[in-house]
Amino acid sequence: MHEVRVRKRVTVVEEIFHEGGPVSSVPLKRAALLAVIHNPFAGAYVAEIAGFMDDLKPLGLEMARTLVAALGGDPKIVEAYGKGAIVGAAGELEHGALWHVPGGYGMREILGGAKAIVASTKKVGGPGTRLDVPITHINASYVRSHFDSMEVGLADAPRADEILLALVMTTGPRVHARVGGLRAAEIQGEDGLR
Amino acid sequence: MNAGLMAKIRKIATFMEETRNEMGRTIDPPTRRAAAVAVIENPYAGKYVEDLSLLMVIGEELGELLTTRAVAALGIPASSVESYGKAAAVGEDGEIEHAAAILHPKLGAPVRRVLGKGAALIPSSKKCGGMGVLLDVPLGHKDAAFVRSHFDGMEVRINDAPRANEIVVVVAVTNSGRPLARVGGLTKDQIKGEDGLR
Repeated sequence: MHEVRVRKRVTVVEEIFHEGGPVSSVPLKRAALLAVIHNPFAGAYVAEIAGFMDDLKPLGLEMARTLVAALGGDPKIVEAYGKGAIVGAAGELEHGALWHVPGGYGMREILGGAKAIVASTKKVGGPGTRLDVPITHINASYVRSHFDSMEVGLADAPRADEILLALVMTTGPRVHARVGGLRAAEIQGEDGLR
Repeated sequence: MNAGLMAKIRKIATFMEETRNEMGRTIDPPTRRAAAVAVIENPYAGKYVEDLSLLMVIGEELGELLTTRAVAALGIPASSVESYGKAAAVGEDGEIEHAAAILHPKLGAPVRRVLGKGAALIPSSKKCGGMGVLLDVPLGHKDAAFVRSHFDGMEVRINDAPRANEIVVVVAVTNSGRPLARVGGLTKDQIKGEDGLR
């Protein structure tokens, strides 16, 4: 059992009206919630780390809830999601992997049983490191219009003994989606893929 | 280099990183990640074009070219590749949809053809940006997306690309999962490899 110590949280909401083409009547929103936490394993190799996933679950839930609130409060408008982590210099890549379970769990809980795997990425880096968080549809990974990503990062994080955790949600397809493939309206929604 | 291709390639770069030690522990055999990157001209730069099919064809070409290059950089047989990912960055005279047109409709089939398998979705990311923009290429196991030891990412950057009328396209492959994977979940020896998930 390790205490989860949050130094700061940052919410970013992008509203995208157009990208050179027709102006969308409802802008696409992409939102990210970033939390900077102390890395309890910084500075040495620790073999047993998996228990920290349970410690992080309440934070995952709270971050997902805050993110939905930033998008207006109705979980039904969330159509796609992703997650990521940046580990500070005194940590290792594997510490970022600790975010997979609690980050995904938190979003599924708040969104009411999303079926698709949560797209993710991770890296080790210093303060100011940027991360492209991949984004896919919450119920069917192959929905082509919702493949997207959002770049996140903070000037002062992660410090060497910190981990920056990220959750991302979007409210729809790319603003000018037009490259075919499976559409959201065609989701069968059984296997999380199609 | 460009003979017979629709893609107008300005440059190709290949990166191979080998982790031999992590957190003071020797990694043997070392984990390897390789990325092959093409910088191409964006045929639709500067204007809104409805039909993006040329970029889809270019995606198919680059799928084969970049996967072949990346596997060669790894130095292992294509059939031994364990995880993969793809990404694109569009210069400022383009739109995010140009990246989608390259990555999603046709690029995956030749990747899987080169590797001989690939039941799982190829994880991807995309963005618009200026020269030197960073791309994080997400990585996942090629036959089972839920293999937790292989959830990873590789950062790629080309200092002089994309120019305003260019697109940077990346295919990344690995010989293994994270160097010291130990957070549980599905392992690669448990893969059934039928549905692409488990």
